[in-house]
Amino acid sequence: MAMGSPDAFDALLRFQRALDQQLNSDWLEGVTTGSGAFPPINIFQQGSDFVALVEIPGVGKDDLNLEVRGNTLRISGNKMVDYGGKASMHRRERVAGRFDRTISLPVQLDPDRITAECRDGVLALSLPRAEADMPKSIKISG
Amino acid sequence: MAPLEVEVQHKRELTNKDEATIPARTYLPHTDIYETDDALMVLMEMPGVGKDHTDITVEDGVLSVSGRLVFSKYEKLHPVYTEYNIGLYRRSFSLSPSAVDEHKITAEMKDGVLTLTLPKAEKAKPRKIALS
Repeated sequence: MAMGSPDAFDALLRFQRALDQQLNSDWLEGVTTGSGAFPPINIFQQGSDFVALVEIPGVGKDDLNLEVRGNTLRISGNKMVDYGGKASMHRRERVAGRFDRTISLPVQLDPDRITAECRDGVLALSLPRAEADMPKSIKISG
Repeated sequence: MAPLEVEVQHKRELTNKDEATIPARTYLPHTDIYETDDALMVLMEMPGVGKDHTDITVEDGVLSVSGRLVFSKYEKLHPVYTEYNIGLYRRSFSLSPSAVDEHKITAEMKDGVLTLTLPKAEKAKPRKIALS
């Protein structure tokens, strides 16, 4: 997918449109728990590997659990919003509560090389593809 | 306590804005505002935004917050499945001029949540009335 030079003035807008196009795309083949479940996940391809970015503002790594089995990822935790007893609310837009979401990817992952980083409320998962699942080029004879 | 089923909130886009030189969608960060005896607290969710990319200003009684994202980390990523969009964040609130001491506002950013503490001006604090 051509994105043009990252310095192009409208690169961000074009990227935002590209994200729109992949909204609930068929890539996950409907094996996820449904896109309404928290937290929202974006999956990107980087070369032959994959990267998953999950938005969990207010959740630190101590409130988060990650499990992987085969090509299935499970992200669970607790998003806590606590204002103490003496607070009088003027506006309430943030959600809070426990979450537990499982998704199965249509590619084989190498579970030993999966890395996760949680920073500024975004969980970044680097999902390397299993060696056995890598596309292999076929030599054409003749 | 029974676990709550947390639902995804979709981002609300800021459409009524001045045109920026760089075209890109801007979103309103989800915000909680609450009041304690001493201060007004404003909490805004801006996932992906660090404290170095947040601008907070108070001008003419209007508190404005904006968050920029680091787009370069998306350079080599091609979306295959998405559920949310990314963008800049911006939101403003009018402050009642006598209620808040504008010079004492403090801010803290953690895990993508900006916490603003707006201490109440002395005369805005609740005064208990004694019963004789």
